[in-house]
Amino acid sequence: MATPLESVRDERLPSSSSTSFPSSTSSSSRLFPGAWAIFAKEVRTELRTRELLVTTAVFTLVVVFMFSFSFDPTSAESRRFGPGLLWIAFLFAGTLMLEPSFLREQANDTLAALRLAPIDPYAILLGKTLANFLFLIITEALLLPVFSVFYNVSLLPALPGLVLVCVLGTLGIVVPGTIFSAVTAHARMRELLLPLLLLPILTPILIAATESTSALLSDSPEWPAMGLKLLAGADIIFLTVAYFLFDALLEE
Amino acid sequence: MSLNRTLWTFATLVAALSMAAAGYAIFFVAPDEATMHQIQRIFYIHVSSAWTAGVAYFVVALAGALYLIKRDPRYDWAALSAGEAGFAFTSVVVITGPVWAKPVWGIWWTWDPRLTWTFVLWLMYAAYLLLGTLVDDKQRRATLRSVYGIFAFVNVPLVWETIRWWRGQHPSPVIGGGPDAKLDPTMWKVLMFTWGATLVLFAVLARERYRLEALRGELDALRQEAEDSAAAAQPLLAGRR
Repeated sequence: MATPLESVRDERLPSSSSTSFPSSTSSSSRLFPGAWAIFAKEVRTELRTRELLVTTAVFTLVVVFMFSFSFDPTSAESRRFGPGLLWIAFLFAGTLMLEPSFLREQANDTLAALRLAPIDPYAILLGKTLANFLFLIITEALLLPVFSVFYNVSLLPALPGLVLVCVLGTLGIVVPGTIFSAVTAHARMRELLLPLLLLPILTPILIAATESTSALLSDSPEWPAMGLKLLAGADIIFLTVAYFLFDALLEE
Repeated sequence: MSLNRTLWTFATLVAALSMAAAGYAIFFVAPDEATMHQIQRIFYIHVSSAWTAGVAYFVVALAGALYLIKRDPRYDWAALSAGEAGFAFTSVVVITGPVWAKPVWGIWWTWDPRLTWTFVLWLMYAAYLLLGTLVDDKQRRATLRSVYGIFAFVNVPLVWETIRWWRGQHPSPVIGGGPDAKLDPTMWKVLMFTWGATLVLFAVLARERYRLEALRGELDALRQEAEDSAAAAQPLLAGRR
């Protein structure tokens, strides 16, 4: 089993000695091509069925529709409750979307194949995170206009800020989300466990994103400098922790 | 009885006695608080439990990191034991808080930063404990638990920062819930004593939990051994038939 793989490795890396595996320093140069390959694979798999995107989009619609019964959806009220509603919907959509991320690999034990690939292990995390990021951003892009129409909130004037909040907030959801998707892939009741693990961890993201969106959509809009700073800070912290912990998750 | 066991019997005794002494100090040594009177005495248990829980969660993250580096199951057992005991102390904090708040603030709960933060912490460690019960493979469980324990611990200051910022924008009706810096010296002494007693209690509880986990590990190993030898004996038995 190991022999053909090693021979492939030798052809590609003639400089390395014949028996030893390339060290992590030499494979780290393959981080971005590797991540891109994983990302492309995820997107291709999704485009073949489009199951995940369609299901999540309809789910978020249901959430936004059901929320209209929890308060009087006039424009003024919507500006007050809308941001929270939106981010709760995004958070739920995120936890639903992220669950299959590593589960898909289990059916044919393809994670083992990914682990054997001559790429930096971090490339697997990065590729999957990027794919999840893209899927969640698409869902958000579909939901925002619907929200704007249903709840009578004009989003266009606040659009640049809103895009920035969405990008930073979504990154904050998918980085721990992808890690925890790998964590819960082997657990029982994983459909319930993932939100249970993820949502409390995402408290900072929910608060900062909701407050920033509120500031942008209010009657006297402000630039949410502090909220964006907190979101960016959370993203950096999550990425760093994820970088150190993901190796351990793959090793077992 | 080994020396180790004798030592822990002694520690258990110390925990029981010092908790009883702390109870005495709280009710008979600590002076009466000027405005809150008797209900203020819950503060000693509340604060020392909170500090002990903080120590416990630090142990969870540290032992988790050590497990990931050394891959020795004993670190995972230590992390779990500290996590479970810490969760119990956090529960004490979350329960004694409202008991104090109702007569003093007039409400059971307010979304004050410290309360919100403690509650998020409680939720995170509830999830930590649940995670362990829902993964069957031993090694995998240890790895996953360690990863989550570290992630949660790193997240704690971030949660605090955002909650404080969020509540800073909307000041809550109740300002300055906790005691101010000028705590009566006797009160300080009673608090420190109670904290010491709580820490010993924590150590004893965690140690007992650790022993249980170690016994479980031993039992698993014995079972495995029995299965292996049964499997080895199988061809012999088949040959005889």
